[in-house]
Amino acid sequence: MSNPPDITTGELEAPASKTEANAPASTGADERRAVHDLWLSGTEAPTTAGRFTDEGAQEMLDDETPEALAQQRGTAVVDDYVSDDLATGDETQILNMGPQHPATHGVLRLQVELEGEIVRRVKPIIGYLHTGMERTAEVLTYMQGPTNVTRMDYLSPFHNELCFSLATETLLGIDVPPRAEVIRVMMSELNRVASHLLWAATTGFDIGALSMMIYGWRERELCLEFFEKLTGLRMNHNYIRPGGVSADLHDGWEDDLEALITGVEKGLVEYEDLLMGNPIFLERTKGVGYITPEECLAYGVTGPVARASGIDWDLRRDMPYSGFEEYEFDVPVTSNGDVFDRFLVRFEEVRQSLRIVRQAADRMPDGDWRTEDRKVTPPPRARIDQSMEALIHHFKIMTEGFKVPAGETYQAVESSRGELGMYMVSNGTAKPWRLHVRAPSFAHVQALPTMLTDSLVADTIATLASVDPVLGDVDR
Amino acid sequence: MTDSVIGALQEAFPDAEFSEPHGQEVVSVPPTALVGLVAAARDAGFDCFIDLCAVDYLTRDPRFEVVVNLLSMGLKRRLRIRVGVPASDPVVPSITPVFAGANFFEREAWDLLGVRFEGHPDLTRILLPDDWEGHPLRKDVPVGSVPVQFKGSPKA
Amino acid sequence: MARPSQPGGFITTVLDKVAGWAQTRSMWPANFGLACCAIEMMATGAAHNDLARFGMEVFRASPRQADLMIVAGRVSQKMAPVLRQVYDQMAEPKWVISMGACASTGGMFNNYALVQGVDQVVPVDVYVPGCPPGPQGLMHGILTLHGMVQRGESRGVAV
Repeated sequence: MSNPPDITTGELEAPASKTEANAPASTGADERRAVHDLWLSGTEAPTTAGRFTDEGAQEMLDDETPEALAQQRGTAVVDDYVSDDLATGDETQILNMGPQHPATHGVLRLQVELEGEIVRRVKPIIGYLHTGMERTAEVLTYMQGPTNVTRMDYLSPFHNELCFSLATETLLGIDVPPRAEVIRVMMSELNRVASHLLWAATTGFDIGALSMMIYGWRERELCLEFFEKLTGLRMNHNYIRPGGVSADLHDGWEDDLEALITGVEKGLVEYEDLLMGNPIFLERTKGVGYITPEECLAYGVTGPVARASGIDWDLRRDMPYSGFEEYEFDVPVTSNGDVFDRFLVRFEEVRQSLRIVRQAADRMPDGDWRTEDRKVTPPPRARIDQSMEALIHHFKIMTEGFKVPAGETYQAVESSRGELGMYMVSNGTAKPWRLHVRAPSFAHVQALPTMLTDSLVADTIATLASVDPVLGDVDR
Repeated sequence: MTDSVIGALQEAFPDAEFSEPHGQEVVSVPPTALVGLVAAARDAGFDCFIDLCAVDYLTRDPRFEVVVNLLSMGLKRRLRIRVGVPASDPVVPSITPVFAGANFFEREAWDLLGVRFEGHPDLTRILLPDDWEGHPLRKDVPVGSVPVQFKGSPKA
Repeated sequence: MARPSQPGGFITTVLDKVAGWAQTRSMWPANFGLACCAIEMMATGAAHNDLARFGMEVFRASPRQADLMIVAGRVSQKMAPVLRQVYDQMAEPKWVISMGACASTGGMFNNYALVQGVDQVVPVDVYVPGCPPGPQGLMHGILTLHGMVQRGESRGVAV
């Protein structure tokens, strides 16, 4: 069919020849053509606004060659029934995964161009959880900052709070007491344990080991119970604050910790038994999702993913903060860079974290759990009734907030995902001028196309799960 | 600075200013020298790309600042590069030819603050919806809060 | 916008009661975990606080097979159309639980990026407060919804 019938004038017969209808001589034909084109393609013509490249606004575009468009409109003359594309088998399909998807670890959207089962192109589209936290941080005081920041990487809330508190303390130029430092180390390592347990649960679930979900959560509940006894909340604790921590360790914490460590170590043995010997698991994880060390450096991939690729780098050992140089622990590094290695690295990291927790519990010094500087830390509640000064300090800190000297700093911690950094700019007032969070998952999602190109569709899920992106981190 | 790495960079880029706030090494350069400095830093050992962000200083000229953070695992050091960007022409050359990982970070700086990166392969919005108007992290844009219905609370 | 009450609902027949009883017995949730609340939702489904005793441990990925949408987490402006689309794809009767402070009112993030309360997009039956609500809180919300359905206060269909 060369030319569709003219709808506006009611003629059912097509014009005699193509060239006649396309002749630009009469404006009537042009108008009818325009109306007809609109009727065919719909009223949603693709706009060119906001498109800087042919990659499109935020989505991948189909092949938009004039031949394809002409074929769609019915204006092309097709001689063969079988087109060239079908003959060579080059036909690709764009598949959309997410944002509502059981296996994307949150609201990540992946547009995947498939050729059969092989992935040719991947475009991650993020922003479905954008919360404007960096803007909110400019509206909250430094004291309220941890409540905002802790909800970014919601699986490692202590790491977010620790990074924020360390950055604030650098700008303030204060130190925290030794007990607070040891408590901070202990809690962030316990957080790493809880985060990796959840990762193992959800990744096992995605790969197909459905019972991993239940097993992983069983051990994680031990950690969450400890967190709840200490901080009051199971998640998003707002516990590590500038100046120290918000409350002292609860009575009987040593016994709770001992039970926790024993329970988790027993669980780890069980997971390794269940997973590491299973041939299906090995098939799905070995050789899958590979990234080279050079690509890791170029994309800023750090943490367990980089360590599984052979990059021997851990901020706790190489650029220590918060007293980490005083603890003895190993940093697991493997060289294959695939999903299986990331399992090995993370399981070993859990063991090493428990080792650090034991050392921290053994060496827990006595003393105050927050700095004495009353301009930064609110006074104990009992003193407010007794001292006018304490009342004034409490009032000023809670309403106005403490002022931080002007300056800028970048503070990084080794979170469960990689290097979590905060670039904080202060202008001398009680609220940050700018807080930019360098989220590890943001860089990892960017590196996904590198890991996924020319792999199979099923490997997409396994690789994505092994990279452990947390969308709160990615989108902030 | 008597350090050899910083000294070499200082020689190669004479109009760069070096400072060390809170013990962290910071270099300030004009926008034209950015790509060259980043490439030179990468060759000098700062081969891990960490961060790129933009800051809006509102009352200062140049109004915006693009901050690049690099890490050297071999030397165990960080380097921070700051580039002042005027409000009248907020364009900075993109460093994606040097570090592929700057891609998403530059898109975020464009999306939230409106700083354009010349030479970026796909400078579109990344965190906000496609059809969003404006750049919300700029200081002259209000936070966008809705009034909470408590007695006597101030309006947003 | 809360779900409006049923017309003529003061007379509930035995059949309605039976239908309500049946609907609560195995109300499958749709997978709509967004942020931190999703972790607590998963914890509610895990072994320690077991959702399977209500027949609800199967979180259906496809909204066509789900009865209940637990909006767990903060809904950004970009996600709101997706939320509405998933809600529209669910077959009636369908219910919505808004879990957490961010889903109910926008939470602590009173800014440009979030929808200030998911009830601006979908009709909500039960709001569960908390940041995040623990598994006990979510279970209380789910059981409240079960009670409402059993008593006929919420038929799950658009009036």
